Amino acid sequence: MDIKKLNFELYKKMFLVRRAEEMIQIYYPEDHMKTPMHMSMGEEAIAVGVCHAMKQEDQIFGTYRSHGIYLAKTMDTDDFFAEMYGKDTALLKGKGGSMHMCATDKGFMGASAIVASAIPVAVGASFANKMAKNEKCVAVFFGDGATNEGVFWESLNVACLMKLPILFVCEDNGFAVHTPKSEREGYGSLSDIVSKFNCHVISEETTDVEVIYNLTRDGIKLMNDTGMPLFLHFRYYRYLEHVGIDEDYEAGYRSKEEYLKWLERDPVRLQREKLLAGDIDEIEIKNIESAINEKVMKSITKAQGSPCCDCSELFEGVLA
Amino acid sequence: MRRITYCDALNEAIAQEMERDPQVFIYGLGVPDHKRIFGSTNGLVEKFGKERCFDTPLSEDAMTGFGLGAAINGMRPIHVHIRVDFLLLAINQLANMVSSYRYFSGGKLNVPMVIRAIIGRGWGQGHQHSKSMYSIFAHIPGLKVVLPTTPYDAKGMLISAIRDDNPIVFIEHRWLYWQTGEVPEEPYTVPIGPPNVVREGKDITIVTTSWMNVESMKAAEILARRDVDVEIVDVRTIAPFEDDLIVESVLKTGHCIVADNDWVECGFSAEVAARIYDKCFRRMKSPIGRIGFAFTPCPTARHLENTFYPNAVTIIRAIEEKLDLEPMDLSEEEFYSHENRFKGPF
Repeated sequence: MDIKKLNFELYKKMFLVRRAEEMIQIYYPEDHMKTPMHMSMGEEAIAVGVCHAMKQEDQIFGTYRSHGIYLAKTMDTDDFFAEMYGKDTALLKGKGGSMHMCATDKGFMGASAIVASAIPVAVGASFANKMAKNEKCVAVFFGDGATNEGVFWESLNVACLMKLPILFVCEDNGFAVHTPKSEREGYGSLSDIVSKFNCHVISEETTDVEVIYNLTRDGIKLMNDTGMPLFLHFRYYRYLEHVGIDEDYEAGYRSKEEYLKWLERDPVRLQREKLLAGDIDEIEIKNIESAINEKVMKSITKAQGSPCCDCSELFEGVLA
Repeated sequence: MRRITYCDALNEAIAQEMERDPQVFIYGLGVPDHKRIFGSTNGLVEKFGKERCFDTPLSEDAMTGFGLGAAINGMRPIHVHIRVDFLLLAINQLANMVSSYRYFSGGKLNVPMVIRAIIGRGWGQGHQHSKSMYSIFAHIPGLKVVLPTTPYDAKGMLISAIRDDNPIVFIEHRWLYWQTGEVPEEPYTVPIGPPNVVREGKDITIVTTSWMNVESMKAAEILARRDVDVEIVDVRTIAPFEDDLIVESVLKTGHCIVADNDWVECGFSAEVAARIYDKCFRRMKSPIGRIGFAFTPCPTARHLENTFYPNAVTIIRAIEEKLDLEPMDLSEEEFYSHENRFKGPF
């Protein structure tokens, strides 16, 4: 794919993620989306860069903070907003909400709100793929807090031992809820420790989606060539509070100055500037932006107007 | 018909299902080692290879999630825990992930996973190698919990469990491993759900689980000599718990004792009692009795261990009290003992 086209695709996905969440910020205060929102704002480059480097049929697992990867992987906004509004037309008819999206037909295999608990599930899924020889790879996304959990290390060990085709994607924002690394980690560098395992490690601090895409693509190739898992460690800055749609710099656990520094290299704006510098007509960008705006708005309106499922649905799906 | 042990019945079920369906695989700590989970995984690694029968790191939590991941991607894992106590390290995966994954996939993903866990006393096992815990699993929606008692049920229910599209905790009492019984050679299924009336009687109903079936049967044989006719219902599946046969039995006898292989407090016996009261209340001749472990951790020294566990004597005395009978002389009776089974570490 030529670079220009690639960058445009990456921008479209990032713009979709950003715009969907900006609309959540607008409509959430109406209190019709009754689900705790853990916003992805700030991490769009990781979500889009990694997902875009994967094949359509590959599978991903997420956390309670999965708007970014869900939208990047599926490009769906209809089911997404219906789920936020808890409607009958939604992914899970509203049973999951923001924290538990699932769209298996699109390779989004689920999201868990217990930190690190989807990691071993992704490892098992990749084992099944390896046994089936179906060439699918799995990516599991988690925050840096998850690496404090024992099950992260158990899972990494198993994947390395069994040589499974899996991407561990650590989206590192430096905080576990509000607790900084300095209060949590008795070591200097996570990547150094992980690199002692039989896997490939790529660690980068960038908001450039193209860089993340290229690193991931190269990493997947390395993984496929060697049969060893891939550990991706990307830094980002969480723009909003841990849960909710607002900023929380007045709380004092992190500084607004730091945020503003990251904002200067905001991934979405950075990519837009790259497109302009790469001779893409601003009109073309604006056209695609308004098409995405329209798509998002249509999904919201549709979700708002959709009925809720029947209460009998409560009992459906517990057992096969 | 051929008689084989409970352990061999389990082994045969697994081997036949692995033969039938290439998606079935078995794993867990010690599964292919020289002891083979007390013999229940004999011959599997030789027949099906290391890809379908493998050992694991000491990572119960991750390996449970691993099974879930494999199951949602089309495989049929059997995860083995040589002690149920070790399965507790995976309670997060059980309670937060395995049990609810189907629900939170909008019913799109099935979780055909069997988790085998061995319970029960052995030879001074102490408080971390002898628990039952199954009522905790049965408390969680989305898990099925089965605990067969006979070799026939062991094979038939394990085959049912492997073919079931839901996660199943499969509980095996260590002392049942040597019980023998008639078991057909060909594969067959025993349905998960309905209990089984293992002894018909008209005077009192014992609702019982796992090893306590053996003790109940012994108690019934002894009491039969003084014309007390005991009916025994083996629950077999505690989740989903089907109470029809139990209610029917209690309506017939009017008396009920629940002899559960677990602590009484907040245990499965409370669920049984509540169901019976709900459906039989005005038609019962006496309140429901409950028998279970002493409410302490399980001690090691033999005399304390013997005090901790209820047995046939406990059941006989409870029935005598309930039916207002004089305590009979049991000094000449022979009761089940494992003194000759276990001689040293195993």
